[in-house]
Amino acid sequence: MGSSNSSVNNIPNAQELMQETGFSAAHILRLHERFEFLDKHKCGQLRLVDRPTNQPQDFGAVQELALNPIGDSIISAFFSPGQETVDFASFVRILAHFRPTDRNQSRDGAQQEPANSSIRKLKFAFQMYDQDRDGKISRAELLQVLRAMLGIQVTEEQLQSIAERAIQEADLDRDDAISFDEFRKSLEKVDIDHKMSIRFLR
Amino acid sequence: MLLLGLTLLLTAAAAADLPDTGAPPLLGPGLGFSPSVSASASAPPLLLLPQPRPEYGAPGVALARSAAEEPAVPAEEEEGPHHHHGGGYRVVQWEWSYVQTPYIIAIWLLVASVAKILFHFSQRFTTVVPESCMLILLGLVLGGVVLIANKKQLYQLEPALFFLFLLPTIVGDAGYFMPARLFFDNLGAILTYAVVGTLWNAFCTGFCLYAAKLLGVIDERVQADLMDFLLFGALISAVDPVAVLAVFEEVHVNDTLFIIVFGESLVNDAVTVVLYKVYISFVEVGVENVQTADYFKGVASFLIVSIGGTLVGLVFAVILGFITRFTKKVRIIEPLFVFLMVYLAYLTAELFSLSAILSMTFCGIGANKYVEANISQKSRTTVKYTMKTLASIAETIIFIFLGISAVDKSKWAWDTGLVSCTLVFIFVFRAAGVIGQTWVLNRFRLVPLDKIDQVVMSYGGLRGAVAFALVVLLDGEQVKAKDYFVATTIVVVFFTVMFQGLTIKPLVDWLKVPRSTSRKPTINEEIHERAFDHILTAVEDIAGLQGYHHWRDKWEQFDKNYLSKLLLRKSVYRKSELWEAYQKINIRDAISVIDQGGNVLTSARLSLPSMASRASFPEVTNVTNYLRENGSGVCLDLQVIDNVPGAKVEEDTETHHVLAENLYKPRRRYQSHYSRHFMPLGEKERQDREVFQRNMKSRMETFKSTRHKRHKKERSLKKRRGSDAKEDGSDKPRRNVSWQDKNPVVVPVESEEEKGEHSDPEKEEDVGITFVARKAETPKQRPKSVPAALDGSPLASPSSPPSGDSHLPWKGSVGSPPPCVSVEANKIIPVDLQQAWNQSISSLESISSPPVPAEPVHPRVSALSRLGGPRPASYTPPGSTAGSTSSIGAQVLQGPFCFPERNKKEEEEEEEEGGAVQEMQPLMSSLRPPGSLMPPPAPPPPGSAPGQAGGGNPCVYLRSLVMAPSPGSGEPHSRGPTQL
Repeated sequence: MGSSNSSVNNIPNAQELMQETGFSAAHILRLHERFEFLDKHKCGQLRLVDRPTNQPQDFGAVQELALNPIGDSIISAFFSPGQETVDFASFVRILAHFRPTDRNQSRDGAQQEPANSSIRKLKFAFQMYDQDRDGKISRAELLQVLRAMLGIQVTEEQLQSIAERAIQEADLDRDDAISFDEFRKSLEKVDIDHKMSIRFLR
Repeated sequence: MLLLGLTLLLTAAAAADLPDTGAPPLLGPGLGFSPSVSASASAPPLLLLPQPRPEYGAPGVALARSAAEEPAVPAEEEEGPHHHHGGGYRVVQWEWSYVQTPYIIAIWLLVASVAKILFHFSQRFTTVVPESCMLILLGLVLGGVVLIANKKQLYQLEPALFFLFLLPTIVGDAGYFMPARLFFDNLGAILTYAVVGTLWNAFCTGFCLYAAKLLGVIDERVQADLMDFLLFGALISAVDPVAVLAVFEEVHVNDTLFIIVFGESLVNDAVTVVLYKVYISFVEVGVENVQTADYFKGVASFLIVSIGGTLVGLVFAVILGFITRFTKKVRIIEPLFVFLMVYLAYLTAELFSLSAILSMTFCGIGANKYVEANISQKSRTTVKYTMKTLASIAETIIFIFLGISAVDKSKWAWDTGLVSCTLVFIFVFRAAGVIGQTWVLNRFRLVPLDKIDQVVMSYGGLRGAVAFALVVLLDGEQVKAKDYFVATTIVVVFFTVMFQGLTIKPLVDWLKVPRSTSRKPTINEEIHERAFDHILTAVEDIAGLQGYHHWRDKWEQFDKNYLSKLLLRKSVYRKSELWEAYQKINIRDAISVIDQGGNVLTSARLSLPSMASRASFPEVTNVTNYLRENGSGVCLDLQVIDNVPGAKVEEDTETHHVLAENLYKPRRRYQSHYSRHFMPLGEKERQDREVFQRNMKSRMETFKSTRHKRHKKERSLKKRRGSDAKEDGSDKPRRNVSWQDKNPVVVPVESEEEKGEHSDPEKEEDVGITFVARKAETPKQRPKSVPAALDGSPLASPSSPPSGDSHLPWKGSVGSPPPCVSVEANKIIPVDLQQAWNQSISSLESISSPPVPAEPVHPRVSALSRLGGPRPASYTPPGSTAGSTSSIGAQVLQGPFCFPERNKKEEEEEEEEGGAVQEMQPLMSSLRPPGSLMPPPAPPPPGSAPGQAGGGNPCVYLRSLVMAPSPGSGEPHSRGPTQL
């Protein structure tokens, strides 16, 4: 691993990132390559929107994302509130959510919830819905995602009723919105570790 | 108990042919049946049991064989019918040979099914002992009986029967209902276990058995060399789908574990087929002649067999999807297409000696999505249940035959060394293979398989009927040790299915293997899981990985853009899966709400059972149980529903009334049709009708002690009797007069007797018309034989108090004498009244009915007729009607019944009044034109009536009323409906 380590050393804070996220050096290296590929301006940051021109953001380079119905929502979940850029460390940290849950690691890192725990995975999904970051998925937010996912296949009325039903079902405190706790409860039967993980090549 | 049941069945079948077969030889042809029956009845069980059974297996072949090998009994049977029918014409012919084959197959199926029933009598027993074990045991017992009776086992699992009929039904079911997403999520693991694992098992078992032979553990008598052992290893190493399904379906391990073991058992068919065929050919040519090229051919053959089989399946899946696009007009044969195409996929693969199981599986997986979307809901249900039924019965027969096949002395070439070595080797290598492969797989899997999973997978490596059928297919000439192999296979199958099948449940419990939660996803889960898929795809894209989700997304795009367009109906293509899911959930909730006794009409009580159902129900054994146990309380068991008392009844009544109201139009249409048939009968009906109309009117008037009450009634009746409403107003002042005309109570009764016969022809037609449940009625008040159907019918209203089960037509059996139930009512009610009622409805509905216009002119008539029909002589004021009802007329009772309704409805009705009047307006206006032709005839009878009635001869009067021809009214009458 000497060779990869040497290149990993070029990446700032690589060791800490590896420590924090559980990615191997090879992962970090690979992600860094990807990051630099996306970072067209070579400024070490990915932008949500190119400020001066309002050109498509850096993620626009990923063609497949354009096909993804909820691609925009997902991208915006990469950015913390108020921020319009994401640096490599944050980029890695966010991707770390999708690392398969490592059963061994969760024990020694008990003091701090690892990024790939199912709670953190859910948190990411929740943020994807919760565009205004108020800690709740409002009806409008849910509708927006539903509309994006279902597109022209259903009528607005049908969307409404689906959203209505979903909120009714998950909303335990009757505030007409889904809080994170309610969100988690509504999905507690789902194998989050499985459904929210991807395999990172080594 | 089982045996008893079976014996009974079989002896019944056997005894049936005694008179001709057994008896004649004893008693001579001249004697009839009777004496012989008793003699033979005692003898048969043992002697005759084998007789029907021999033909069971493979009907044709077995039959011939049984006839040949069993000179004594079957010969008699064969010859019996021909020899002893000597003289003359026989009234009852014994055609056993004609029906034999299907008859025996049917009886086999019956026996198998009854056996299943018997197993499930004891809940505690079936939770411990898997059904497959019981079936094998049953087979052993049956086989034992046959052997004792016959000295030779005539039956075994015929490979042709197994591979062509029994196996496809099971695989077809498995493939079609395979959870596709789960299957492809775990495809890597499944393929690894199926290919690598099976090869590993086959080679290791083969080589090690050969080593054991060389070491002398296996007896010298087993004449087998390396190739034979490899062949045996190949056929014994494959995990069997039938056995796995049978055992794992009862264990309910988690989905991932199940799909891996089951998927492996399906997919390894390709490996088994190839290995088997390669070795067979090697054995045939002799090992020394095998060239290096042949090994490569073997590998190529594997690729062709597996990929070819898959492709055949997919091609048929596409064809099937495409066909079902166009079945809109022939819904009824949609299920047939599904069965045929899936089966053809299997047969076609067999035709080209490809992997038939793979072909069928992929046909099912591939077609499922499109077919399910294309075909109707009913077809979906049909496909589901037919497939499950067939698969279940096929599985039962397979296990029974396995048991029977085992009891065969000729097969038992026992070698302890071979048997024990095989058992040990397959178990050890299975475990070793699983652990090794899992170790490799876990480096790639998102959710690694832990040790417990590995134990279950090792232990779940069940061998079954496929291995047995393959070993039976071996050529005894070339494989000298075939008998030993057969015996060993039987032992292995029995050991795995029975011992492992029996112990896997405790094992799973003990290891605390995560169980499957057979639970429907909530709408939130549906939504979020879709979102997760998109998120993962996006993240893979962002991270520049071309992983599983990337390709899955690519496939979905392809499917959406091309495949679905090709294979789905246009109407379906537009539909969203999520929307479908949403609707399904809603329907499920609705059903459960209803089943909980909830009221659909009051949305306030609507809860969301799907939320409550989050609790998991691990020990769900079947659909019904699932439904019952599911927190939502869904229960499809009709009897249970029926027995729910109280609120349910109300519910039913209300529902029924809603239906009745909504069904109003169809009924009206029906009326017109009905009266078209009806009219030719002549004047009588017209009279009846008049009488009836008057009765109806009289009833109405009895209610009109207060003005608004009447209005209510009018409202409720408005559709049918718009005309009445008008006249009521004018009636009022003269009411007192009319009351004085006392009328014959007798009439309806008389007419009932007279015309009872006539009712028959019309009965069926009436059914559609006669009135559905009436809430207003209180059955106790009504005399049993009274024309109950007449009363209250117009008054049905949702808010009125439900009186009880007996009111509901569909609950007829519950109440003692179904007083007002539609069908029964036809018999009870005087036909004329019925007809009249129907007619009046139709006529009133239809604008042109003649009497209607007449009535306003002669308000009294109505009052009179009211008195005439139901009221006894003692009848006094309108208000007190209820008290006087006791006498006879059903109509009398109608009065009191209606009152409560009235009152309750008042408020609603009041509001509706305005609208109702408007509604009636067109009716009235339309009534006029035809009425103008007829008015004269109609009035006279009523007009004359009062006088007569007053004269104190009510009966006569009424009769005259009935008989009085209302000329001309008939014609327009009949036309009226059609005009409408």
